[in-house]
Amino acid sequence: MNKIADALKKPVIRILAAILLGLMAAGVILAIAGYPPAASIAALGKGIFSKPKYISNVIIKSTPLIFTGLAVAFAFKTGLFNIGAEGQFIIGCLASTLVGVTVKLPAVLQIPLILITGMAAGAAYGGIIGLLKAKFGIHEVISGIMLNWIALYLSNYVCMLPAFRKGDTNGTDQVSEAGRTLILGAWKKTGEGAAVLKKIPVFGEILLKTDANIGFVIAVLTAVVLAILLKNTIKGFELQAVGYNKYAAEAVGINIRKNILEVMLIAGAVAGLGAALYITGNSPHKVTVLSAFEGMGTNGLGVALIAGSSPIGCIFSGLLFGGLLYGGQALQYEVGAPTEIINITIGTIVFFVAIIQGVPKLLEKYGGRRKGHAE
Amino acid sequence: MKTISKEYAVQMHGITKKFGTFCALKNVELNVRAGTIHSLLGENGAGKSTLMNVLYGLYQADEGEIYLNGEKVKIKSPSDAIDLGIGMVHQHFMLVERFTVLQNIILGEEKLSRTGILDMKKAKREVEEIAERYGLSIDLDAKICDITVGMQQRVEIIKALYRGANLLILDEPTAVLTPQEIQELIKIMKNLVESGKSIIIITHKLKEIKAASDICTVICRGRYIDTVKVKDVNENQLAALMVGHDVKLVVEKEKAEPGEAVLEVEDLVVDNERGIEAVKGLNLQVRRGEIVGIAGIDGNGQKEFIEALSGFIKARSGVIRMNGREIQNTVPETVLESGISIIPEDRHKRGLVLEFSVIENAVLNKYRKEPFSNRGFLKKAEMEKFAAGLIEECDVRPADCAMTQAGNLSGGNQQKLIIGREVSNDPDLLVAVQPTRGLDVGAIESVHKTLIRERDKGKAILLVSFELDEIMNVSDTIAVIYDGKIQAVYEQGTVDENELGLIMAGGKQHE
Amino acid sequence: MLNSVTLLIAITLMYSTPMVFAGLGNLISEKTGVINIGVEGMMTIGAFAGAAVCYFSGNAWLGFLCAGLAGGMLAVLHAAASIVFQCDQTVSGIAVNLIGPGAALFICSLLFEGATSTQPVSDKIPKIFGDISAEGILGNLNMDVTVVIAFLMAAGMWLLFYKTKWGLHLQAVGEHPAAADTLGIKVNRLRFGCVIASGVLAGFGGASVTLGIVSQFTPITIAGQGFISIAAVIFGKWTPHGAYGACLLFGFAQALTVLLGGGESVIPSQILAMLPYILTIVMLVLFVGRGVAPKASGKPYEKGSRT
Repeated sequence: MNKIADALKKPVIRILAAILLGLMAAGVILAIAGYPPAASIAALGKGIFSKPKYISNVIIKSTPLIFTGLAVAFAFKTGLFNIGAEGQFIIGCLASTLVGVTVKLPAVLQIPLILITGMAAGAAYGGIIGLLKAKFGIHEVISGIMLNWIALYLSNYVCMLPAFRKGDTNGTDQVSEAGRTLILGAWKKTGEGAAVLKKIPVFGEILLKTDANIGFVIAVLTAVVLAILLKNTIKGFELQAVGYNKYAAEAVGINIRKNILEVMLIAGAVAGLGAALYITGNSPHKVTVLSAFEGMGTNGLGVALIAGSSPIGCIFSGLLFGGLLYGGQALQYEVGAPTEIINITIGTIVFFVAIIQGVPKLLEKYGGRRKGHAE
Repeated sequence: MKTISKEYAVQMHGITKKFGTFCALKNVELNVRAGTIHSLLGENGAGKSTLMNVLYGLYQADEGEIYLNGEKVKIKSPSDAIDLGIGMVHQHFMLVERFTVLQNIILGEEKLSRTGILDMKKAKREVEEIAERYGLSIDLDAKICDITVGMQQRVEIIKALYRGANLLILDEPTAVLTPQEIQELIKIMKNLVESGKSIIIITHKLKEIKAASDICTVICRGRYIDTVKVKDVNENQLAALMVGHDVKLVVEKEKAEPGEAVLEVEDLVVDNERGIEAVKGLNLQVRRGEIVGIAGIDGNGQKEFIEALSGFIKARSGVIRMNGREIQNTVPETVLESGISIIPEDRHKRGLVLEFSVIENAVLNKYRKEPFSNRGFLKKAEMEKFAAGLIEECDVRPADCAMTQAGNLSGGNQQKLIIGREVSNDPDLLVAVQPTRGLDVGAIESVHKTLIRERDKGKAILLVSFELDEIMNVSDTIAVIYDGKIQAVYEQGTVDENELGLIMAGGKQHE
Repeated sequence: MLNSVTLLIAITLMYSTPMVFAGLGNLISEKTGVINIGVEGMMTIGAFAGAAVCYFSGNAWLGFLCAGLAGGMLAVLHAAASIVFQCDQTVSGIAVNLIGPGAALFICSLLFEGATSTQPVSDKIPKIFGDISAEGILGNLNMDVTVVIAFLMAAGMWLLFYKTKWGLHLQAVGEHPAAADTLGIKVNRLRFGCVIASGVLAGFGGASVTLGIVSQFTPITIAGQGFISIAAVIFGKWTPHGAYGACLLFGFAQALTVLLGGGESVIPSQILAMLPYILTIVMLVLFVGRGVAPKASGKPYEKGSRT
């Protein structure tokens, strides 16, 4: 018993155990609903790994999730629950698209401009949450959720304004070619480009059939930068001190309000960066009216929680999500099971992540009694 | 082991209690004769509270038996204890602050009307009757957060009596009382005993044991040591029993030679968090090479004074000058830069980040400066070196604790870490608020030695404590705070405890 | 004129009702010290369960009760995580908010041939004045019975908190669980029960939407109303009457959205849709008093601990 308790104290073991339990729970639910669990897992695996383009799509799908995961995880490290990541992402998408559509610069300037716009917009929107908390003490969960809805309707409203709307469609124009971050995007659309790529085995297929873009690389870099920030800099030290014990932080002269605001600005910027890369890297490269949340931010919550709030962990956790969400489509196709089981699976994994925190303590409490009279 | 007999209100025999691998109590004996006041003496962490928690049903012993009035009993929960006539007044009061006195007293034993709703009128009548019977006057409709600590203790006592307690357990009852209130409590206890109740007091205060109790049982590190008739022993003997070796009860120090004033406070006025004046024109001076001790009962403005001094809250008016520079109404950073280091009252709240490692806590107020950081990046090697030095110098245990979370250290070691860290700042003024709270005798001695050593180096020391003995032993100058003002200032040795107690409670100086 | 006013009142009350149920649910959990942001997920599963059971059984009340059951079952997860495993209550609430809708959509898919919406139900919650199709004032005020039930629940909770011994116990557990424990009150048992009650209430709230306001379950029927109800509890200062009043306010904002957005109004529908959410933030900025939450909120209770 005690060996299990000790093992579970390590974060990586805990998370792997939670993922395993979550998948097992999903298998049980599928079995009850009449679908073969083994075949379902196999179908899931097939949907993720069996073709290079599948793997590429998983990576592409996980990229925005890594960003929103980072946006949540970073805030978590300093004690803030950034549920508003969804809204920050939406605003980032909106701002990036508007700039990408209206400004016409060569790629080498256009792309950085769009990315910076996305970061700025996300930062500003996240900053609202930070300000509301620092100045008025409003809890970031409530303000985040409210701002998410405000962002949704704001985006819908703006993208349909005559100034930005494209004709009769329910959205904006597409971001110009110069602003897109696809790998060899323009070239692969030409006749000769396509011909060359058809001959190259794995990577040719990936480039031709998927929206392979530079987003993943930047996501990994961002995670590394945030990890270094937290571990090795003065700012990271202060942010974590505030997150763990704001009273002690105050006692050594750290300005708590300033820190709260700074954290939300950074988190918002990360979400906004992810949004900009999402728009520039994935077709259709535009913003349309949404009837409901796309879920980037909501899934980002799950990504961060399963990553244990570690920035590097978000990379893997984001990939896990990407795999589940993308591969989940194969479930319907191969086994006939509703893809919504994936939603349940994700929720269950998060649930087990939460519970497993408390298991070592429980094991020790009951294990100790069984040990008997040692002295 | 004593024979089981009806003469004893309670007998605990062979009690052993473990928490995981830690053995809190081993084979402990306790025999309390009915109608006596029995004290349970031991250091912090000796196991006295644990033993009483077993008696009250909050914990179950792993081994051992309990007998009440000669009958063997099983106490599995506080409800059982209450049903058996045991009442407990905890050291940290178990009172709901937002409720009224009456609500707290009847909680769990409510009187219901025929329709099933609360019958507060009936409850009030019954409680008033009990209060009168035992001579405990109290305002039943006041909210707990609005009454004094002494009154709150009364509420706890009435709570126990309302449930028909015959055996009362009082856990460190005098920790929060003035000398006068302590006398009143002793009178109440003797009254209760005369009405046939039995009382157990848990304490580490030797003076109160002598003054209040008939018999004393000593516990040390979870083991039963001895039971003595109080009138047959003196304080030094009791202390030796408690600690296991001879103990110096008086602090040794040279006479102070104070220099110029380092801290000057003039007419300071500070509001508390509810907007009411708590510091009402405080004047104080602390000089180099001097320890000034502020004696006073909790709640007379000490908290607000220190918070204003630290820069956490604003003063309404008045001046705080440090080395000639005004520092009131600035920020904590400015206060720290002016040469002040503070050992906070609540080490878990203000003193440490429990989730940070010992190394990180060691540099908690230094990480911004060379050599611990450079251009925004932390220099981990330098941090580790500094922490290692601190751990060794201050004897923080265990010796290899550098990477462990500060929350895993014992209270005493946490305090050593904090004091070492603050002293290493080489401040001009060292402020120590309740620095020995919760520490055992050895650690207390070491803290006092540190304060005196710093004083001898020429530092100014400001000591705030609710332990009158500590103030009287350690300070060179004693300032008494009452009602938000310094009412009187004395040189050490020129005033006795009774006079101090009087001023602390609002009386006037004897001329 | 009177026509419009009664219409406004009616729609306000109708729209407030789901939030009142969810808000009371959140309140009873929070009062005992357990943070419960999972009411959104509990509402969703309740909304689905209510619609599905009603569709297959033809009985709206059966659906309503099953909705409460579904919410309560989901709440067991949260209670187990928060009280038995003593984990972070906010994280557990998030998990519930993921599992609830996930389960709802999954089962919906199974039962309704892959669709993520239920078929419209034929039997809805009855109206107060029965099946009259009168126009005018009486017709306007002919609201769902659930409106009355919600009000009675709020009143009942007020009585519970302030006039009964259970209410005293509840509040004590939320303010100072150790004190309650030393007086023989079973802290964790009480908390567990209240968390389940919060799920049941939230489930009722969900059903009052899918069986009353609309007549089916879709992925967007519960659009943040659970979260708005949490905000209502906060600036109702954690009292039943305060929460009820705050929910009315939000219902009013939503009613405005419906009334103004339907016709030819100057304000675009998207901007109107933002109203309730902007209003929430504004109200929080203007009106929240600090330090009124139950003192022990969010802290798991361990026997014998001194805090």
